[in-house]
Amino acid sequence: MNMIEAINSAMDVMLGRDDKMVVMGEDVGFFGGVFRATAGLQKKHGKTRVFDTPINECGIIGVAVGMGAYGLRPVPEIQFADYIYPGLDQLVSEAARLRYRSAGDFICPMTVRTPFGGGIFGGQTHSQSPESIMTHICGVKTVIPSNPYDAKGLLIAAIEDNDPVVFLEPKRIYNGPFSGYYDRPVEPWSKHEASAVPEDYYCIELGKAATVRAGEALTILAYGTMVHVTKTIVEEMGVDAEIIDLRTLLPLDIDAIETSVKKTGRCLIIHEATRTSGFGAELAALVQERCFYHLEAPVERVTGFDTPYPHSLEWAYFPGPVRIATALTKILKD
Amino acid sequence: MTETPGRPASNLPPLSLHIPEPRYRPGDTPDFGDIAIPAVDATPRPGEATKPDAMRDLCYGLVRVLDFDGQAKGPWDPKLTPDRLRAMLRYMMLVRAFDDRMFRAQRQGKTSFYMKSTGEEATSVASTMAIDRSDMCFPSYRQQGILIVRDYPLIQMMNQIYSNRGDHLLGRQLPIMYSAPEHGFFSISGNLATQYPQAVGWAMASASKGDNRIATVWCGEGSSAEGDFHSALTFATVYNAPVIFNVVNNQWAISSFSGFAGGERTTFAARAVGYGIAGLRVDGNDPLAVYAATQWAADRARTNNGPTLIEHFTYRAEGHSTSDDPSAYRAADEATAWPFGDPIARLAQHLETLGEWDGERQEALRKELDDLVKTTQKQSEKLGILGHGMHQPFETMFQDVFEEMPWHLKEQSKQMLAEQEAKFGPNWKPE
Ligand SMILES: Cc1ncc(C[n+]2csc(CCOP(=O)(O)OP(=O)(O)O)c2C)c(N)n1
Repeated sequence: MNMIEAINSAMDVMLGRDDKMVVMGEDVGFFGGVFRATAGLQKKHGKTRVFDTPINECGIIGVAVGMGAYGLRPVPEIQFADYIYPGLDQLVSEAARLRYRSAGDFICPMTVRTPFGGGIFGGQTHSQSPESIMTHICGVKTVIPSNPYDAKGLLIAAIEDNDPVVFLEPKRIYNGPFSGYYDRPVEPWSKHEASAVPEDYYCIELGKAATVRAGEALTILAYGTMVHVTKTIVEEMGVDAEIIDLRTLLPLDIDAIETSVKKTGRCLIIHEATRTSGFGAELAALVQERCFYHLEAPVERVTGFDTPYPHSLEWAYFPGPVRIATALTKILKD
Repeated sequence: MTETPGRPASNLPPLSLHIPEPRYRPGDTPDFGDIAIPAVDATPRPGEATKPDAMRDLCYGLVRVLDFDGQAKGPWDPKLTPDRLRAMLRYMMLVRAFDDRMFRAQRQGKTSFYMKSTGEEATSVASTMAIDRSDMCFPSYRQQGILIVRDYPLIQMMNQIYSNRGDHLLGRQLPIMYSAPEHGFFSISGNLATQYPQAVGWAMASASKGDNRIATVWCGEGSSAEGDFHSALTFATVYNAPVIFNVVNNQWAISSFSGFAGGERTTFAARAVGYGIAGLRVDGNDPLAVYAATQWAADRARTNNGPTLIEHFTYRAEGHSTSDDPSAYRAADEATAWPFGDPIARLAQHLETLGEWDGERQEALRKELDDLVKTTQKQSEKLGILGHGMHQPFETMFQDVFEEMPWHLKEQSKQMLAEQEAKFGPNWKPE
């Protein structure tokens, strides 16, 4: 399965297992979503379980809060992560707080799925990476898969979770792992072992990172698309890096990070989102607090720039091979 | 006249911007003589299944039942029994007694904040009485009447207001932001109008499960300008959700009059027209009209005829909250000049005209309720008041952020406990 198929399969399995689950969002019903993530679900599970909504993100998330309060398990789709902002108040002030403010009277077991990130010529309103905003909200979990196997297992865990989860899908790797070289063909997922996705139910616990590649020279923390870009450059340069795919940003697998950085003594953080106040800043602070005496070089960050995502210059924005290679050389020299 | 580069000169006058201004300001003598008050029997009562476009006039009229002599008349008369009318009166009077006490408690420094619903008691009490006990209410912050009608323990309301050790919400919420799921009362948010789409979602969930519970939701006319309001109406009309939208038009949103929510141009009930849903404009100071309109809307929702928007035309007789001084922005006697009177007095008068009530009983009831509130207050204050000691175990601060506490919150909780231990010693217990 590719990533879209895996995500579709997760929802299919859960719609079958839990009659309280509903899927809703713009174009998700009959058409199956602009990225086809919900294709076939309405036909199989019915129109009251999988349905289209008005173009109204405040309504989509707000209505899902009420459905959650009724006892349903809504899985709203926001068509692009960039459009989560019109619904952000319902996420920040309502979904995320409901359990706390009502001392557990009401909960909001929703999973907001949304494609995020750039590299598809989406311009500045179809390319953003809002993960650090999500992790700054108290009461929301943030999950970012990097391959089809994880996507299905993590999505199932997110849907079963009784807290609101923002499930960010790196759309650049929906069809295949992206090398970071935009001028090279993308390999399809079928050539990748993570495309062996079981048809049935399985889940991957939230809050657990995965070691993509073991190594001794440095630790690289990445997630989503950047896991694959990083892997390509590391292999090209022949660096003995340990690459950790965080998978869940909140709750974060701090043990995996700490263990690895203490072993390697160096830490490079890579994300596509803009740099200032990005999630890399949080990671760098955590590594510095916990591993300072083990560090042999300053913690480095490779990120997107602090500009909106430019349409025609998106590959200049993107933290691609050159930026990563430069940082690798620097951190290993120190 | 200045010439815009690239545009031909014109003899049109310059454009001008309209900034709404209320009719009366401090020092003015308010006169509401021009407010159209249709006769009690002038507003037809359509069948509950009537298509919205066949009843548009109701968005611009005023549903009334009680005339100013205390007689119930016209097609909207819900014909309640005297016992039911007395129960309604009692609930409204209890709300008022409670409000007065708690307002005073705030003035005495026992809590940080309070909000009264003086003059608006009918909009929550009568409308809650007209729906089913199993229906879910999504209140804004001036609907304490819902809890009172549903016999939520007064002491629990007070404990919440005092954030004391009996506070079911563990001292997390601003006073009056109650939560009572077993009484069909949704947790109140501090962000205006967010409950609107949530109520629609709840109603949609009920419909999609094939249940028969409906949702009701309240906001002020000021909050009806929020995007959430319009999101909610869109979803409700699209999915024909079984929901009742209440807009309590009490004329003022803190110091901004209803004109800043668009009230100069049309009625708030008329917002229903654009969405193709049923709209009713109701005398919000007439408990029987509020009851009748809500009952109509509830029947409509429960028979799959869809949502209704009810504008309760009323007046906020007191300040916005204990933090507000209305004399700074509005005419002193606006509340008394308001032509629709006081909902409690109107209902009492009606019962009297029926021969079912009198001044003596009214006074006895008032005293009984005052005593009830006073005694309850004493009991609640035994559990603590705000600012006199910390009433909850410190670690409750970190609970309920998530179902299970992640490591970072456990760490922060430990840090906070160490800070508090340094301050209070290791054996500290909540007071
Ligand atoms: C989103 C949001 N904006 C602003 C406020 C601050 N605020 C609290 S009450 C209020 C006035 C609301 O007026 P209205 O909706 O008419 O209700 P009323 O107080 O008249 O009952 C405002 C502006 C808020 N709580 N939430």
